[in-house]
Amino acid sequence: MIETIANRLLLSIPVLFGVLLLGFVLVQVAPGDPARVLAGPSAPPEVIEQIRQRMGLDDPFFTQFFGYLGRVLQGDLGRSLISNKTVLSELIAAIGPTMELMFACLIWSIPLGIAMGTLAAVWRGSLVDRGVMAFSVAGVSLPIFFICLILIQYVGVQWRLLPFIGRGGPLWTVEGLRHIALPALSLGLIFIGPVARMTRSSVLEVLKLDHVRTARAKGLGEFRVVMRHGLRNALIPVVTLVGLQAGYLLGGAVVTETIFSYPGIGRLAVGAILSSDFPLAQGTILVLALAFILINMLVDVLYALLDPRTQKR
Amino acid sequence: MTGSLLSVEDLRVQFKVGPHLYRAVDGINFSVERGRTLGVVGESGCGKSVTSLAIMRLVPQPPGLYAGGRIMFDGSDLLSTPDRQMRKLRGGRIGMIFQEPMTSLNPVYTCGEQIVESLRIHSNLSAQKARARAIELLDLVRLPSPSKRVDDYPHQLSGGQRQRVMIALALANDPDLLIADEPTTALDVTIQAQILDLMRDLQERTGTAILLITHDLGVVAETCDDVVVMYAGGVVEQARTADLFADPQHPYTIGLMAAVPRIDVEADRLATIEGSVPAPWTQLPGCRFASRCPLADEKCRSEPPPLHEISKAHAVACWKAPIEKVLK
Repeated sequence: MIETIANRLLLSIPVLFGVLLLGFVLVQVAPGDPARVLAGPSAPPEVIEQIRQRMGLDDPFFTQFFGYLGRVLQGDLGRSLISNKTVLSELIAAIGPTMELMFACLIWSIPLGIAMGTLAAVWRGSLVDRGVMAFSVAGVSLPIFFICLILIQYVGVQWRLLPFIGRGGPLWTVEGLRHIALPALSLGLIFIGPVARMTRSSVLEVLKLDHVRTARAKGLGEFRVVMRHGLRNALIPVVTLVGLQAGYLLGGAVVTETIFSYPGIGRLAVGAILSSDFPLAQGTILVLALAFILINMLVDVLYALLDPRTQKR
Repeated sequence: MTGSLLSVEDLRVQFKVGPHLYRAVDGINFSVERGRTLGVVGESGCGKSVTSLAIMRLVPQPPGLYAGGRIMFDGSDLLSTPDRQMRKLRGGRIGMIFQEPMTSLNPVYTCGEQIVESLRIHSNLSAQKARARAIELLDLVRLPSPSKRVDDYPHQLSGGQRQRVMIALALANDPDLLIADEPTTALDVTIQAQILDLMRDLQERTGTAILLITHDLGVVAETCDDVVVMYAGGVVEQARTADLFADPQHPYTIGLMAAVPRIDVEADRLATIEGSVPAPWTQLPGCRFASRCPLADEKCRSEPPPLHEISKAHAVACWKAPIEKVLK
């Protein structure tokens, strides 16, 4: 197990290098001049030129990149051009809320998706099955921004049930929960569909297997057969799916955070890109990539826990 | 039929597949005596596996359907036993071994966990005692170093070893009846002999009655006390094993035995039975085997022959039996 994790960590080094390079290139080719942003809209050309030289923006590409890489390796991600705070402090401030949002989204959507999928499989062809399938098709096909807007329109504006702007504080406070409810709900709604569908087909598949017949022949009750010998085995592909969907979820978080003005990494990234705040944009890209790598690593660990066949002996 | 542990009486199991009604088991009778081994032999699709699943009440419904008959186990009809009680019997007083050792164990639990699970739902053993018992069982089925193997996952064992674990699982709660559905078909010949040997040995020690489902007459000859020959969902012949091999009466049984290749006889072609099994959804008025039987006449085609005794404990469903008088 530890060997697996160590392997994954080593493998993530080239990935992170690639992410840094790609993030750097993307920011370079994006429209907007950081020197102009820093100097302000009314600065004379000489001042801008001066800033360009001080920032090393006229240096050759690789000189700039390796300078940046060296600073990143030392933990220096630079300073935001807009707020003048260090990028690291901005990122740290935004990571907490985003993790809260992810947590608040996954904590209800994954169990609910798995439960819905399992029920649909056990009562295959019933009304429950059809309802679950219709719901998950809707969840997959509706774009997340649309779900967000509908929720804001009805729950937020018309019925005034929940706030829909910003963050109300940490998750354990009432205000924090009230504020996170709508973003977590919309983000979770797009997640339930795939999880429910995958669970359903996986449980159906597993319940046909020989070992389930053995479980019945042992005298187990149907509930125990489904939970212990069906669902446990069926979760293996579901975990894979959740890992693959992590990217989708992070992308969804960018949209959700922006729409709900939720101060997380996603909104920080969008803001930084729109305002040509390139050190901050690179920082957010790095964090999102790291998150993706970590989630996939977690999936691998879970996978090994669920399926002993994948463990090396 | 008193005194027998299990007696299947006029059992009918059908499957509704699309527009067809598939009569997988069509009115069969046989019984298993305590401490003895009954072999059920027949070719693929003759209904022998369905029979074994039916006894466990594990025929999936739908598409399956118990269309009639009784399965008397120790005096009560399994077909009218409430589900709760049926669960107690399964894995408790009736153990079952399946054909596919590679896939019949759950890959995500250790062998020990799977045996312990069965032990603990049928008795209130503590976790520790159940584990000790599991090791004991693995030792009983002659799995090498059982105290280590108990923590192995099925994928760490070979096919023969997995089948041993399956047998341990089936025997966990000292069943009165062990149903073995083609327990050796998926194994190679040497392992097959070991497993049969093991089953025979365990039967001597525990006194369990065995219902052995197989298509292999060699296996029957080696292990069974009595034999039932099935063809297209019905029983065609029933006898003590020695009698059946010495004096097969039904033309199908005779054909089946002729089809076993013999090492001491030179043959250019393997013997076969002409024709093919009637489609399972056709309902024939007469004998099921009539279309392939060299002796069949008008009566065979129009009237189903009943299973009747021609000598002590030897019954045949054939109008021509005893066959000697026809062949003369």
